[in-house]
Amino acid sequence: MNNQRRATLKAGGGLGMLGLLAAAGLIKPELAEAAWNKGAFDAKTLDAAMSAMGAGKPMESADVQISAPDIAENGAVVPVGVVSNLPNTEQISIMIEKNPNMLAASFDIPAGTLPDVQTRVKMGQTSDVYAVVKADGKFYMAKKEIKVTLGGCGG
Amino acid sequence: MANPMRIRAAAKEGVTEVRVLMSHVMETGQRKDSSGALIPAHFITELTAKHNDKVVLSAQFGASVSTNPYLAFKFNGGAKGDKVTVSWVDNKGDSRSDEVQVS
Repeated sequence: MNNQRRATLKAGGGLGMLGLLAAAGLIKPELAEAAWNKGAFDAKTLDAAMSAMGAGKPMESADVQISAPDIAENGAVVPVGVVSNLPNTEQISIMIEKNPNMLAASFDIPAGTLPDVQTRVKMGQTSDVYAVVKADGKFYMAKKEIKVTLGGCGG
Repeated sequence: MANPMRIRAAAKEGVTEVRVLMSHVMETGQRKDSSGALIPAHFITELTAKHNDKVVLSAQFGASVSTNPYLAFKFNGGAKGDKVTVSWVDNKGDSRSDEVQVS
């Protein structure tokens, strides 16, 4: 009789462990997604995107430079580079004012990495492109208009 | 599964420049297919680059980043033979990690 009781207890304990493992598995993906700033990436206006990033109204600064063409012949692939000359640059973000989702990319710059990033973005139409830089806890920005010519010969 | 990334890492005068070309559709969720149905969004959301075991860049992407995203950045240090690892995760939970030696 006693042996049977022990076997039952063991089986019950085993099930409990399985439940715990499943719960642990369910929690993990949520944690991973939390790092992505959904509010900022889903924002439909520049102000909303800025506030979701905690940027408020950043100051324009000549120390933030955008390198991008004045005219982009192909809106699907527009090269954009941002260089910050501000000390302690922590973050660089690229926003395109007239895109449905204006925040294109946000880079966290740890100490030892140069505040100099280049990427390529999509642009639906001619628009101002903003580079928002967080340095020493404050936000700065620069903007540049990029004209998009669709199906033209670059004229 | 996604195709491998093409990564180049070159050390010059104490600075290592890393260039990455990822292979990804980067679907915005705004486009429609031929029958008029919306194509669901599918894009890379997070990217991490490591030099040996130290994180040298972490990035968050939105749907406005181009198809087959390109990324270039520089970090101080790095020597020939060091390892640079780049990994990304997309909004459908796919992920990819590739590594290259600094040249």
